[in-house]
Amino acid sequence: MLIHPNRGKAVLGAALAAVLLTAGCGGSDGDGDAAADAAAYDPNAPVTLTVGTFGTMDFDNAGLYDEYMKLHPNVTIKQNNIAQSAAYYKSLQTRLAAGSGLDDIQGLEIGFIADVVQNHADAFVDFAAEDNAAELEANFYDWKWGQASTEDGKTIGLGTDTGPQAMCFRKDLFEAAGLPTDREQVGQLWPTWEAYLDVARQYQTKSTNKFLDSPASIFSSSVYQGETAYNDAEGNPIPEESDGVKTAWGYASTAASEGLTANLSQFGDEWNAAFSNGAFATIACPAWMLGYISSQMGEGGAGKWDVAPLPGSSEAASNWGGSYLGVPKDGPNVEAAKDLAEWLTAPEQQVKTFVEAAHFPSSPKAAEDPQVVDFSDPYFSDAPIGQIFGESADNIQRTPIGAYDTQIQEAFTTALTDIASNGTAPDAAFGNALKVAEQVIGG
Amino acid sequence: MTIASQTPRQALRGATRAAPPTASTGDRPPARRRTSLTRNRWGYAYVAPFFLLFAAFSLYPFLYTAWISLHKTSLSNIDGGTWVGLDNYRNLLQSEFFWNAARNTLTIGVLATVPQLCMALGLAHLLNYKIRNRTFFRTVMLMPYATSIAAATLVFAQLFGRDYGLINTVLQAFGMDRIDWEAGTLSSQVAIAAIVTWRWTGYNALIYLAAMQSIPGELYEAAEIDGANKWKQFLHVTIPSLRPTILFTVVVSTIGAVQLFGEPLLFAGNGTTSGGSSGQYQTLGLLMYQQGWSNFHIGQAATTAWAMFMIILLVVGVNAVIGRLRNRADR
Repeated sequence: MLIHPNRGKAVLGAALAAVLLTAGCGGSDGDGDAAADAAAYDPNAPVTLTVGTFGTMDFDNAGLYDEYMKLHPNVTIKQNNIAQSAAYYKSLQTRLAAGSGLDDIQGLEIGFIADVVQNHADAFVDFAAEDNAAELEANFYDWKWGQASTEDGKTIGLGTDTGPQAMCFRKDLFEAAGLPTDREQVGQLWPTWEAYLDVARQYQTKSTNKFLDSPASIFSSSVYQGETAYNDAEGNPIPEESDGVKTAWGYASTAASEGLTANLSQFGDEWNAAFSNGAFATIACPAWMLGYISSQMGEGGAGKWDVAPLPGSSEAASNWGGSYLGVPKDGPNVEAAKDLAEWLTAPEQQVKTFVEAAHFPSSPKAAEDPQVVDFSDPYFSDAPIGQIFGESADNIQRTPIGAYDTQIQEAFTTALTDIASNGTAPDAAFGNALKVAEQVIGG
Repeated sequence: MTIASQTPRQALRGATRAAPPTASTGDRPPARRRTSLTRNRWGYAYVAPFFLLFAAFSLYPFLYTAWISLHKTSLSNIDGGTWVGLDNYRNLLQSEFFWNAARNTLTIGVLATVPQLCMALGLAHLLNYKIRNRTFFRTVMLMPYATSIAAATLVFAQLFGRDYGLINTVLQAFGMDRIDWEAGTLSSQVAIAAIVTWRWTGYNALIYLAAMQSIPGELYEAAEIDGANKWKQFLHVTIPSLRPTILFTVVVSTIGAVQLFGEPLLFAGNGTTSGGSSGQYQTLGLLMYQQGWSNFHIGQAATTAWAMFMIILLVVGVNAVIGRLRNRADR
């Protein structure tokens, strides 16, 4: 068809380069020899580091930047935060493609870490090749370290937090519906998801508001309790055959079609407003969700919520979310950025992030620290969250992750919304979700 | 300075070079034409910035998109990927997502454009009367156009909210059922069309108003003498005189409707690109964004972009043909 596709590409590339230059926005690609950079690195030279973050990663709120800048007066840290992680990832992708505009440190969420590992490992510093690699690796849960590692053993990110899950519940709404409010007793109400759905049905006979926020709450937490979620052991997406998907879909679609949920779309405006309106009584709570709840409800929400174990967690707990920090290799301050990334993700700092902002550590050392184990959160009725999430973290199902997890999960949760709002038959909705997932995987 | 000192010299050089043939044939006009061409050289220099910018930011991306659409590739590997020829186009035509988006684009387009232009025509007619505070009303009408899409959509999305939206609160106060605007196909499309209509009605009304003011008053006087009332005048004088303007606004609104993107994206409220739980308000623009920036299949997205361009060409072509046929029929 075309004789020299590559030449055409080269011409187009040259044209693009010319265009970028005329437009005056040609990015500098501070390439240079890595070894030479390392040799020339002066840890005391003044430097400004930028950290790209999304959502609420809370390094700032936990006071870590200030502390680091106090320890290293020559360093100035600037954070570039984007509220939604999907939007953040889009801009990261574009910048990776352009090879410019990257921050010195980039936050990487578990939803897209596999994509970065598979397709962009070359753009990031390989921590497994550092002199202190063994020491770094020992800091993290092996699965956390493994998820950020390529098949040929490069590790492109250091873990920040993890998302071991529990179930948050509204004590006042439970009381009004005649359910127990003691977290031990509540935990005993739902040893399994079937039991949880039964409680939901019972609650719905007594209450006008809904038992849980959304079908996605069930789906996103129980899908990771299965042996497989969206991928086989090699990380290839298999949403149709996965037992995790099948089981989670069963629970979530039941809740959706029986009207047990408020059918809110998570992270949307109405969902945010629903927190303070008391529109639902339970929500699946990865550790980071606690911060979200308290920020949505403010002071007025203190003492209303409590935390119980996730249904089915005695068999297998699940992880939802959690992030990494990666250092783009071609940045101008790679050495200084590595120091900061290593410091921010070190066990001592993870302890502080948990105590200050309820991000559960990705380091077993930090998770076993007495400050974490004995931590109870006054906002959540003094729930011993260190212990609750710690037990969950110990029992986490090691589900293989893949490059398209975020998009596939969105396909399923969207279809669940369709069941609840339009009365679509669960089987038809499942078929629709698979078609959408196919678009994502196929391309 | 430079212009003044150089232009005559250039012109002179052009004239002398052209001189021999002129002398031999005695034929002057070609030389003069050439002279005027060189004299216009500075004119080209003045328009060059536009064409350079056009080449850099319109023509080049346009061709580059066509090139990408022939590849299977991802956003982060935009210059790589594998050559697949027209496969992307075949897949697109076979994709139910494409046809769903095309259908939605059409229905939202009709829902938004038709009432919008009718209302604009009516408003323009009213504003054409000598009423008090005319300038004030004209300015107010243009306000929505000056509002950013994002701001307008976010406000409208809250108004149309299911649980806490103002519109549902009002409906309930009048004893009607609350509507889950975002979930239904028709309701969500009406809501989005409302945002578009709100934003563009005033703009179109001003265009109509400008055209109306150039209609000679004698036509109305003559009509009045013939006994036509105001409505008859509107129907038989105003509308026919506005026909070229109406065609223009139809074309512009159609192009806008095919490219509809910001409203359906932000209407979802949580950043998802699926256009509702069953894609009930996914438009072609949003589908392209989903393919390229959610699923990262930039080759597919480029294909959709080109398909949109073809659709626009087609629709504009049909409009032009209809316009021409009507003109011919009138003669």
